[in-house]
Amino acid sequence: MSPTSTAPRESEMISEPTSPESPHLAAPAAPIPPAPAAPAAATRPEEGWPIDPALDPRMGETILEIERLSLWYGAKQALHEIWMRIPKRQITAYIGPSGCGKSTLLRCINRLNDLIDEVRVEGRIRFEGSDIFDPRTDVNSLRKRIGMVFQKSNPFPKSIYENVAYGCRIHGIERKRELDEIVERSLRGAALWDEVKDRLDESALGMSGGQQQRLCIARAIAVEPEVILLDEPCSALDPIATAKIEELMVDLKERYTLVIVTHNMQQASRVSDYTAFMYLGEMVEYAPTQDLFLNPRKKQTEDYITGRFG
Amino acid sequence: MSSIQKPSRDRLGDSLTALCGGALALNLLLILALLGLLLANGGGYFWQKPLEELTLADGRVLLGEIHDRKPVAARAGETVAPEAQRIQLKVGNRDLDGIDFLWLDESEIVSRSRPLDTVVLERLEWGNFYGRMVELRRGSELLAAGPEEVWKAFGPLHEEKLREREAIRKLEKGPIGDVNHAIERLRLERRKVALARLPAAAEEARLAGLEAAEREREAEYEALAERLFSLRAALDAEVVLLEAADGRRKELPVGAVVRALRPNTFGFLDKLALNASRLGEFVFDDPRESNTEGGIFPAIFGTVMMVFLMSFAVVPFGVLAALYLREYAKQGPLVRAVRIAVNNLAGVPSIVFGVFGLGFFVYLVGGSIDRLFYPEALPTPTFGTGGILWGALTLALLTVPVVIVATEEGLAAVPRIVREGSLALGATKFETTFKVVLPAAAPGILTGMILAMARAAGEVAPLMIVGMVKLAPALPVDGNFPFVHLERKFMHLGFHIYDVGFQSPNVDATKPLVFATALLLIAVVTTMNLVAIAIRNHLRRKYAGSAV
Ligand SMILES: Nc1ncnc2c1ncn2[C@@H]1O[C@H](COP(=O)(O)OP(=O)(O)O)[C@@H](O)[C@H]1O
Ligand SMILES: [Mg+2]
Repeated sequence: MSPTSTAPRESEMISEPTSPESPHLAAPAAPIPPAPAAPAAATRPEEGWPIDPALDPRMGETILEIERLSLWYGAKQALHEIWMRIPKRQITAYIGPSGCGKSTLLRCINRLNDLIDEVRVEGRIRFEGSDIFDPRTDVNSLRKRIGMVFQKSNPFPKSIYENVAYGCRIHGIERKRELDEIVERSLRGAALWDEVKDRLDESALGMSGGQQQRLCIARAIAVEPEVILLDEPCSALDPIATAKIEELMVDLKERYTLVIVTHNMQQASRVSDYTAFMYLGEMVEYAPTQDLFLNPRKKQTEDYITGRFG
Repeated sequence: MSSIQKPSRDRLGDSLTALCGGALALNLLLILALLGLLLANGGGYFWQKPLEELTLADGRVLLGEIHDRKPVAARAGETVAPEAQRIQLKVGNRDLDGIDFLWLDESEIVSRSRPLDTVVLERLEWGNFYGRMVELRRGSELLAAGPEEVWKAFGPLHEEKLREREAIRKLEKGPIGDVNHAIERLRLERRKVALARLPAAAEEARLAGLEAAEREREAEYEALAERLFSLRAALDAEVVLLEAADGRRKELPVGAVVRALRPNTFGFLDKLALNASRLGEFVFDDPRESNTEGGIFPAIFGTVMMVFLMSFAVVPFGVLAALYLREYAKQGPLVRAVRIAVNNLAGVPSIVFGVFGLGFFVYLVGGSIDRLFYPEALPTPTFGTGGILWGALTLALLTVPVVIVATEEGLAAVPRIVREGSLALGATKFETTFKVVLPAAAPGILTGMILAMARAAGEVAPLMIVGMVKLAPALPVDGNFPFVHLERKFMHLGFHIYDVGFQSPNVDATKPLVFATALLLIAVVTTMNLVAIAIRNHLRRKYAGSAV
């Protein structure tokens, strides 16, 4: 796989790492109340939003704002005051050594950590302006809007068709014609249609690993989410399947916001627009991908991306 | 020590492997030996042996089939020639001699022959008759005389009689049974009206109506009974005069003969055909002569139906319990205690379950049902006595731990990540459990069901006190409303084996029957298991690669 395949897509990204305040960022920043940001910014001025809208005019509209998020597994703190804005219809990548909390952070966004006893969360995640931890939030409709693809492909032990239709059935779509249409559209969207259109009734567990992972993507997009979280979606795949999924992610960006965890730095640099480097539960650096890889601002980041680091 | 030599701990491993293989081989051998024993002892039951006519030293003449040969056991102080043998002869003719079998020393036999004109008559009563046919008569009219003539005339006549007997059977089971059933219902209806304490006028009117209906039915019954009577008379119109080997004579209505054979004229193919026909009778007919003859169909039916009822009860119950334990209950000391209790339940002796079933299901639940819904039949109990439903529920209690354990294992084998995949799509926990986890665990659940069915089909002791009987008057399913009669008593292959083998007056005759029935029980259980296994494999293939 050539690392140049998805080379600089946004030329201005490298052109100027810093730029003066830009008017078109004022609007998306508006729904975020300055209140929580202010005290943090006051006490830890270098923290707070790692990408200052003032410094990054290209971020555009954001869909998720993570504000001072901390998380504990029992007594053990796994996330330390994370701040980050996730831009809409872009790909944001989390990188970092394993165990640094990437999955934990990702699973906070669709509240999948709720399933684990003894998890305690502080801080906020705003999704389109409203706090997902608000007790009034309906977790099931939140998860419908924020889909997820897991590290290990996890198709249901059902037919290919039923795997894709499952989410729609759950959300009340029962008409066969409508389902047929959604299944075809989703499988096409996941670049899988041509490979499986003749065996939709066969078990999904008979597919190859790469196909299974794309099926999981099809399953996720079938319910028309706004955000798709991908937790190391290629870690168990061979290079060809990986390339396919990477290509697919770039296509999906047209319609969805993608947040991807990867410990493969080449992958992050190939596909993502923004990259966050995490270490020991902290967000060390968050920047446009090209900036992060070409001009890391923090020593730790530089050590990690140059491989001088455990 | 050179490095390519086999290390000694590897040799230990080899010998352990051999030991394991040996243990498995021994197990297989035991199973094969069991099947072989059953086949050897039960398989011959249907095979017709030649009829031997023996003349003894004291002048007696015996006719029968040789069943067994054994060396003569020496009594104290006696010496016996080593080649001396005793033979067991089935002489039949129980109505003449009172015994079917006798043992005699081979040395007493002066001459042996296999006369072609001797016949075996399988009869509805008194077992087999061995002898010769002398005359065939209708009333005082002589139809045929002499062994050959009678034999020739007997065949067609007998076929006609078999048709007549079938007509009688149909009449008895069909219209007459229905009329009896209707009369009984009307009688109960009358009592119901009497118990209902209606206003006197209304009661009078309804009683009058019911009585009229009953009279109508009774008239119908009279007519049917008359027809039955004339059919019976016709059936018994012809008699065959038989002569035993010792010259005693006996008359027998042709209609009372099940099968007439001249075995000494049989070739191999005849015997094979006879064997098949007897096997069919064994599997599909009702028993005769206190279960020692005829078929065992009601026992097969009872066993299978009871096991099915049990499965219907135990699977939903066990699966729901396992779901709660594994998916919903907070895992802690309490759940662990419940799990231990469930496992211990599997170790409780089965007769204890029978006692519980009697006390709880039969007396408490059944008694309450009777008081609430069948007060008109009291004091005759309807559900308040043993029945197939209570038997099935008792066995369901007995086997529920098996289903719970197997289901829990099936559920535990569904990976967490699959559940998370469903939840991440916005499904609730309930939807995830019932639409993803449960189908994925289906093969495990079926494994539990297979084990439960195998256990239930072999269980006899608890059933003896909750509804299993030696001879049930009617199957639990018939043509009378409501068609399935869960309150009825039922027959069971396991109990049938015990009853035939050890409670029958004629142990010699029924010994092969015990083995044949045991073989059939194994066949029934195996069939049911194979069906369940086929379903499970189908499910597994459908979800290829799925857990469990
Ligand atoms: N269910 C859990 N219970 C307790 N600790 C956990 C749990 N899941 C993750 N952790 C801990 O949280 C930290 C972050 O884990 P994770 O988010 O999985 O890291 P990553 O995905 O970056 O490899 C690790 O130290 C891990 O041991
Ligand atoms: Mg991870």
